[in-house]
Amino acid sequence: MSLLRTVELRKRFGALNACDGVNFTVEKGEFLSLVGSNGAGKTTLVNLITAHLLPDSGQILFEDRDITTMTVAARIKAGIARSFQLVNLFDGLSVFDNVALAIFARDGKTAKIAALAASDTEVRRETREVLAEFGLAAKSELLAGELAQGERKLLDVAVAYTLRPKLLFLDEPTSGVSSAEKTQIMDTVSSVVRSGAVTAVVIEHDMDVVFRYSDRIVMMHEGAFLADGPPDAIRANEAVASILLGVSSPA
Amino acid sequence: MKAAAIALPRSPARPYAASVIGLAVLAAVPGFVGLYQTQLLTYGLIMAIAALGFNLLLGYTGLLSFGHSAYFGLGAYTVAFLLQWLGLHSMELYILLGLPVAAIVSALFGYICVRHTRIFFGILTLALSQVLYSLALKFFWVTGGTDGLRVPRPTLLAGLIDFAGSGGFPRFIRSYYYYVLGVFVLSTAIMWVIVHSPFGKALQAIRDNETRARFLGLRVRRFRWAAFLLSGTFTGLAGILWVPLNGLTTPDVLYWPFSGEIVFMTLLGGFRSFFGPIVGGIAFTFIKTYAVASTEYWQLLLGTVLVGLVLLLPTGIVGGLSQIAKRLRETKESAT
Amino acid sequence: MSILAIQLLNSLFYASVLFLIAAGLSLIFGVMRIVNLAHGSLFAIGAYTGAWLVGQAIGFGVPAAWLLLVIPIAALAAALIGIVIEPLLLRPFYRRAEEYQLLVTFGLLLILEDLMRLVWGGLPLTADTVMDAMPVVHIGGLVYPGYNLLVIVIGIAAAVVLWLLIYETKFGVLLRATSQDRRMASALGLNVGLVYVAAFAIGCFMAGLGGAIVVPSHAAVLGMGVEALILAFVVVVVGGLGSLKGALVGALIVSFVRTAGIQFFPEVELAVLYLIAALVLIARPTGLFGTA
Repeated sequence: MSLLRTVELRKRFGALNACDGVNFTVEKGEFLSLVGSNGAGKTTLVNLITAHLLPDSGQILFEDRDITTMTVAARIKAGIARSFQLVNLFDGLSVFDNVALAIFARDGKTAKIAALAASDTEVRRETREVLAEFGLAAKSELLAGELAQGERKLLDVAVAYTLRPKLLFLDEPTSGVSSAEKTQIMDTVSSVVRSGAVTAVVIEHDMDVVFRYSDRIVMMHEGAFLADGPPDAIRANEAVASILLGVSSPA
Repeated sequence: MKAAAIALPRSPARPYAASVIGLAVLAAVPGFVGLYQTQLLTYGLIMAIAALGFNLLLGYTGLLSFGHSAYFGLGAYTVAFLLQWLGLHSMELYILLGLPVAAIVSALFGYICVRHTRIFFGILTLALSQVLYSLALKFFWVTGGTDGLRVPRPTLLAGLIDFAGSGGFPRFIRSYYYYVLGVFVLSTAIMWVIVHSPFGKALQAIRDNETRARFLGLRVRRFRWAAFLLSGTFTGLAGILWVPLNGLTTPDVLYWPFSGEIVFMTLLGGFRSFFGPIVGGIAFTFIKTYAVASTEYWQLLLGTVLVGLVLLLPTGIVGGLSQIAKRLRETKESAT
Repeated sequence: MSILAIQLLNSLFYASVLFLIAAGLSLIFGVMRIVNLAHGSLFAIGAYTGAWLVGQAIGFGVPAAWLLLVIPIAALAAALIGIVIEPLLLRPFYRRAEEYQLLVTFGLLLILEDLMRLVWGGLPLTADTVMDAMPVVHIGGLVYPGYNLLVIVIGIAAAVVLWLLIYETKFGVLLRATSQDRRMASALGLNVGLVYVAAFAIGCFMAGLGGAIVVPSHAAVLGMGVEALILAFVVVVVGGLGSLKGALVGALIVSFVRTAGIQFFPEVELAVLYLIAALVLIARPTGLFGTA
């Protein structure tokens, strides 16, 4: 059983065919990269799977359960989480609270109004652990809005990761940061995700990053899949190379 | 409300220490000042409670209401009705029976309002408070119309203390001050717990980034509604405490400029801090008393200062002070 | 039968006034994405200015027919105030959080309402003379003020002019382009600042015009501004914020409901309107034609 399967998923925006009968499968434990030029449909696909958008037709199956019409909250409960391309954090809360809140939300504790958040030692412990894993422990008392861009991206992933999803979507986790930071971020993200046995789908534009960290690469073009396979196979694929102008030449 | 924060105290001990000192000062006040000042400060504490309630919605949830006079007025009129129809005199009964009324109407109005975006939310709150205002005017045989309804001195502590007879007035002013101070301390403590609870954190998250909050699985509308309910109830409590001191309730307390005053005092104190509304509520009460005495065009002054505040000092008194403190700390650190 | 006709005409009269206020509000929102809480106050200023000018004109012995000129002058006064307000009080806040815009326009509301009290005092100001100066019309066996018909004509004319302005003129193209995408418009070399001030001035003109045409029939009183704001709000809720068609349809619907409401439930007239607004908001949050 695949962890995730879409069946003939379609979504149009006026004349634009963002998803054209997409059949996408993700296997448990994979670290998968979703690539393609701008407008190829990558973000739309992720938006459909995470309930940010509803499809025109088609099905989405998660662990063989039909989740096509499920709400955001229900899908999170089922085990799907995501981070965002434009960093989406709670800038007015501390780094610590950003993660702690994810835990409260996950465990259904957000209705608690008669006790201080700081008094929940379980939550505090777990928050410290996650922050340590992501290398953000030193910044935990700063406001999320005060972090540097690279750290914000890490925090964004950390918050999604804290929801302990089975399937994690990362939308361009390294966009907007310097090359040195990119490696740092991806090192952290891939090691945390793999050690946590979380299946990850990463939307990426930087092909260096893609080839270095992925188990499998899926390429989209104009709403459909163009290529799908391990990095070596993709590298050798001529059709792919002709689309990806400016990519680093096969080693 | 995008970006920036509720100011985090540098160490958790600070606000507790400051509060204890503040409380001690407040408790000592009647011993040093005259009756009039004590009465004024009582009003200040009452407005502080109203502003504290209001800011749960603005500062912590990011919703700007222009209709909070509705809940204040509801509290006041409920007390008047309890007196008129049931002959009740006990302050405790006023609070016990008045709070649910404020809560129920806040729940109802909140249900209507929180389904909407900022602009519509704001005007809806204004419209709903105007409905109550026009009802108070129209049904004058019930509400006393523009003359209002009188509320004499209540009994405190379940009837143990009353203020009949000679010397009643000064005794009332002093006792009522401590009574209100007690309720104020209790309300502040409750509000502190609310905003520092997981619920409070969720509210702030929704304020900062509604999309992300949704993607954590939070039911945004429900949280906003709960915040609205709590906010209206707190402001209603202020109205309940206000009317026995004022001796009279009129439709003015439901009219939209009064909502403006609540907004103003919160802004004045600083809506991005917990204590800002308290400072604002007390400061505003004193400023207004002296300003109203000197000019007939109080609303004009209020509006002008409001615009000035938004332009020049959007973080209010507390925000401004903490910026100065930060500046001083930084110069001290760079000097050493 | 003739009573029905009169009720119909009354509804159209009221709808004309509502349309002007709501269209102004919608235009400003459509182009600039702000809601001016003091918009109703500009309506009130139009009314007060109009009534005051009428009083002055009568004092100078101006013949009755010429009094109608007061109407556009009063509307222009409101527009001038708008031209002063926009760059001074609104422009600093376009980049900041929405709450600040609401706070500033709320402060403006307080200021304008008290300024009116300062300038014109607390007593109502009337302009009955204008209404009396116009001939009456006979409908069935009943007498109806010709002035009301004029107001209906003005309302229709305003709708047509506005529609032409927005959809058929070059300036209208600028307005629509700026409302679609401000940064793009600016990148294309459009003077966005000028467009904004113009749009705001037009919106204020509409509100002022509404006040000026209503005052011969209803005296200018304190508090009319806030009431107008809330009514305009009900109209745009029903019709949709940012849509000219919505303002028209909304004004008609609200007006007819109000007239019917007054007939059958005079006590709760205002509450009926708010109830409708609340119901529409629940059923169709963006209104009938909204772009919000």
